Amino acid sequence: MFPAPIQKASPSAQLTYKLALPIALFVWLLPLLAIFMTSIRPAADINAGNVFGWPSQFQLIENYVTVFTTSDAAVYLWNSLRITVPTVIVSVALACLAGYGLAIYRGFRWALPLFFLFVAGNFVPFQILMIPVRDLSVRTDLYDTITGLVLFHAAFQTGFCTLFMRNFIKALPYELIESARIEGVGEFKIFWYLVLPLVRPAIAALAVLIFTFVWNDFFWATVLIQSDEYLPITVGVRSLNGQFVNQWQLVSAASLLAALPPVLMFFAMQKHFIAGLTLGATKG
Amino acid sequence: MTDVVVPPIAGSPAGARRRRSWYRRNRIALAPWLFLAPALIMFAIYVVAPIFQSIWISFYEWDGLGEAEWVGLRNYEDLLYDDRFYTSLKNNVIWLVLYMAAVPAGLAVALFLNQTVAGIRVYKSLFFFPFVISQVVVGLIFAWFYNPNFGIVGQVWEFFGARPPSILGDERYVTYGIIFAGLWPQIAYCMILYLTGLNNVSPDQVEAGRLDGARGWRMLWHVILPQLRPATFIAVVVTVIGALRSFDLIAIMTQGGPYGSSNVLAYYMYEVALSEYGFRYGYGSAIATVLFTIMLVYISYFLWRMWRDEREGR
Repeated sequence: MFPAPIQKASPSAQLTYKLALPIALFVWLLPLLAIFMTSIRPAADINAGNVFGWPSQFQLIENYVTVFTTSDAAVYLWNSLRITVPTVIVSVALACLAGYGLAIYRGFRWALPLFFLFVAGNFVPFQILMIPVRDLSVRTDLYDTITGLVLFHAAFQTGFCTLFMRNFIKALPYELIESARIEGVGEFKIFWYLVLPLVRPAIAALAVLIFTFVWNDFFWATVLIQSDEYLPITVGVRSLNGQFVNQWQLVSAASLLAALPPVLMFFAMQKHFIAGLTLGATKG
Repeated sequence: MTDVVVPPIAGSPAGARRRRSWYRRNRIALAPWLFLAPALIMFAIYVVAPIFQSIWISFYEWDGLGEAEWVGLRNYEDLLYDDRFYTSLKNNVIWLVLYMAAVPAGLAVALFLNQTVAGIRVYKSLFFFPFVISQVVVGLIFAWFYNPNFGIVGQVWEFFGARPPSILGDERYVTYGIIFAGLWPQIAYCMILYLTGLNNVSPDQVEAGRLDGARGWRMLWHVILPQLRPATFIAVVVTVIGALRSFDLIAIMTQGGPYGSSNVLAYYMYEVALSEYGFRYGYGSAIATVLFTIMLVYISYFLWRMWRDEREGR
């Protein structure tokens, strides 16, 4: 293990380490703590210049209720959910199929070029897609609809999901599939009854990752959505920032609301989340 | 889906049965295409085709509504004389260079946290927090911190009796201020990559190194870092891509200002293409093509590495 376990160090070094941990964490998360503290302050504190000190009064519930009653935050959050969940389902489903196609057929000569196509597409800058995708959405009446945004997100995220799925399926024992084929089991049955149950951990990892990516998307929502009634929370927070001018307690509360779902998701599915993110960081 | 790939044999006698047996005979050759078809079609429509369309549009002058006019390379010639383009390009280079600080910083945090004391798991996940949060929120937080009147930076400056600078309002500091905000989540990302990497460092080699008297920096450099190479590779790749994709923070914190001084290609392209003063799709596409070309260098390198690993691996 590196660095050497702290337990082998001198008692004073151990104490220093144990003290340094919470201090480092405090400094690291200071920006978040600051907006949390602000989000529970009364407006009077901010007007009086008490922005970073102890709040004169705790208004946790009042401030958050005010955000919901005076703005469209609830609609934005609901839209985010309506965009994110279908995207996750579609992109993961497509990737399961594609990953199987790319990983299982050894004689399939197009497997590697197509795999690289998905990988490369996953890395392109959004701007090179922006105008044609926007134009296509306008022409097909999908501009300014949630469906249009979902279709694009699902297609784009399929690249990353396929990369992930293909590698995961490739690592499964091949003899399993081969023996099923010799038994005469159909290809789709092998996929459905044999492979799909085995890739459940990969599905979980992808689901949390894609949820976070899509929930946090800002660019595509500004490009493909125009009406206030369809905006997700990321863009919504920006317009709230304009609406609540200098009411920092409300802006902070809205920001935290926007950040909360991915954070909860991360905490609930931490193991899967990290497994997905660090794919390839340990091998290769 | 079957109809897309299987050539029609309809019309021939006993077509249905023959079709089935034809499928049976070629099942192994056809099946991968059937499995791939939905993903490929979606990906082709929304990702692959738009890349070529964008390059094509960059040879036109087009406002998105009327008739597009062929102008050849004029959009690219115009770029050569566009000061705002050069500012954006320069800022992209600054982003690329400074963003790289996230890699060693992430390694440092990972080394700091790679211990087994009580509660360390919670520490690790709390350190990872900034990455999970939307960049929009990160941008809002830092914009507020930098505010000279009531931000934390202003308060620190005043504490020392100095007049606080307006970081986001000053052409000299603005890009650095935004990059600093961007480093916060990026360091968290690199940290988690390195933590996983450190988990897989072979204990035997560390022990062997210790017996040879390697400690501290020498151990890190000669024994640990070579084993962390895959983690470093991924960390560099995601950091480069993050730097070139920087858009959200700029849109939230400055919208490219003051006077375009914090612009990057990604944001400048958006500004030009969907400008309030009329859309300039052709010129925007030319900027996007330049950005894409820069990214292509990294994509090719990444694919080359993957290809090499595939060939060796299996």
